[in-house]
Amino acid sequence: MLADTYASEIAAILSRYPIKKSAVLPLCYIAQDEYGYLNIDHIQEVADILDMPYTDVYEVATFYSLIYDQPVGKWVLQVCDDNPCCFTGAEELVADLEQRLGIQAGETTPDGLFTLQRVKCIGACHRAPVMQANLEFLYDVTPDQVPGMLEDLAQKVQRGETLSVSGRFAEK
Amino acid sequence: METIRYENGYPGGPANGYGSEFPNPFLTEHIVLRNRDYPDIGQIDEYMRRGGYEVARKALTTMQPSAIIDEVKKSGLRGRGGAGFPTGVKWGFIPKDITPKYLVCNADESEPGTFNNHEVIDFNPHQMIEGMIMSGFAVGATTGYIYIRGEYAYGARNLERAIREAYDKGFLGQKLWGTDFDFDLYVHRGAGAYICGEETALLESLEGKIGQPRLKPPFPAVAGLYAKPTVVNNVETLANVPMIIERGADWFRSYGTEKSPGTKAISISGHVKRPGNFEIPLGITMRQFIYELADGIRDGHELKFLIPGGASANWLINTPEHLDLPLTWDDLAAKGTMLGSGAVVVLDDSTCVVAASMKVDEFFKHESCGKCTPCREGTHFLVKVWERIEHGKGRASDIPLLNDLGKEMLGKCFCPLGESAVSPVASALKYFADEIRQHIELGRCPLGASHPMPHVAAAEGSAYTGAAMPPAR
Repeated sequence: MLADTYASEIAAILSRYPIKKSAVLPLCYIAQDEYGYLNIDHIQEVADILDMPYTDVYEVATFYSLIYDQPVGKWVLQVCDDNPCCFTGAEELVADLEQRLGIQAGETTPDGLFTLQRVKCIGACHRAPVMQANLEFLYDVTPDQVPGMLEDLAQKVQRGETLSVSGRFAEK
Repeated sequence: METIRYENGYPGGPANGYGSEFPNPFLTEHIVLRNRDYPDIGQIDEYMRRGGYEVARKALTTMQPSAIIDEVKKSGLRGRGGAGFPTGVKWGFIPKDITPKYLVCNADESEPGTFNNHEVIDFNPHQMIEGMIMSGFAVGATTGYIYIRGEYAYGARNLERAIREAYDKGFLGQKLWGTDFDFDLYVHRGAGAYICGEETALLESLEGKIGQPRLKPPFPAVAGLYAKPTVVNNVETLANVPMIIERGADWFRSYGTEKSPGTKAISISGHVKRPGNFEIPLGITMRQFIYELADGIRDGHELKFLIPGGASANWLINTPEHLDLPLTWDDLAAKGTMLGSGAVVVLDDSTCVVAASMKVDEFFKHESCGKCTPCREGTHFLVKVWERIEHGKGRASDIPLLNDLGKEMLGKCFCPLGESAVSPVASALKYFADEIRQHIELGRCPLGASHPMPHVAAAEGSAYTGAAMPPAR
């Protein structure tokens, strides 16, 4: 249970706000890192900790794009395809990744390692094409880097490293 | 977790990848982007060695809050988040007799083309923290929150580190510098919603709700976070405060223009030779910015159009009238567009107008919070029509249809997001109607680019050249 496993982290988060409800996003992030995504039970758990109606947490969890309501891979690869990225290589990067991973953007590889997403703006337009892997930036991604990058990420999973799809700062 | 670091990744050392290695003939000294002059300024010891937190100490121990507000008012500092509202005036709206009060730093920049706050957050966090301490003191807020977009996970960790450093030195917490002023500061990560950059949506989000804008009035100054008086300021705005108090309003006014004093960090991206983030005195022209700082358009191409202030802005085109516009809020507003938060996206003659418009509207479609029908439905409708044209299925009636749709969305929503989706429509129809018409008639892009998406960038000059590579496994 989150309330036990993360008791001190949750207490620290709650102490920042005058009302418990403000902690809903930080707690959704903790739940997402623990369970990989948020299903009905996970949402209920967050709601119980915060004394919130289930529907209020559900509403939040489905509104924000970094909270996932479906299982995702160990690594969530997000490629920005906005203007100006799409005109400086992002579309090709997406096509390349789709080809290499054998999936379409929006899907997860069958081995559960990678989810590929097109995302809207990650705020690093000057170094396009740019992507994030579990919210860590990768800049100026050129074709020669992609195989090594995917291999590195896969190896981290094989070594059993703790990964955070939520990029939670508390985890350092 | 172990973060991923490639040679081209974070942090980049003295040359931080924002364009800092390039000369800036328009400024003798950076104000907001001071990390460029002092690469380690993100560390508190280096920041203090450069006089950091000394201004806050002096201000808190020797100045009245009202004197700080007056100095900021005199400086003419305008909010750097986009609207350009005078900061000191905003602070002056905070009622004295209601407690507690809150100060919120809006670090949720997330419009395509906008990454100027990113550099401050990652490389110079103490300047904004010092600005927050002084702003909090000026308005009487005892708690501050930095609402940072969820995607900037590194930035959030970096701010947490900087805040811990400031607490350790006694610059945050209780009885700062022996005064009666207490100030606590926390980082709050968003979770991927552009609309949370709108100040009332941001407050809703911080209260644990979905990020939908509130009806104003009441304004946040009167009933903001938890219905208490709240100041919401952008990262760059707050980062300006220490320098204004240290050197005075007159010094600040020596930069920029009468109505837009000071400097502005402006990010430039797209088809220029030196994309990056540059601090400029407000008032230099768009031409100087693009051709002198960003080194002009990539070789073999000409400027086609530019989006001057983030995706919401109406476009400018390659004419002297547009290129010689001074970069100030008022000059751009007079031409029907805006400086916004300072994001210039430059696109050259290889760019398909239909694809570019579609991309902008895809952004607003994705980011509409759904509260207002014209925006929720209209953004989807616009994208549908653009997609139809892009895929060679456009109809002659699509041009008047786009026009009508745009008109129906203007002025009918709570917040400016719905209206913003109309900017590419209005701009594309105003300047490039013939190209759109040709696109419809030919059933493909008249530029010959390999449309439809996602292969638009496969046209010449793409930064990426490996689309046809064989699968790795």
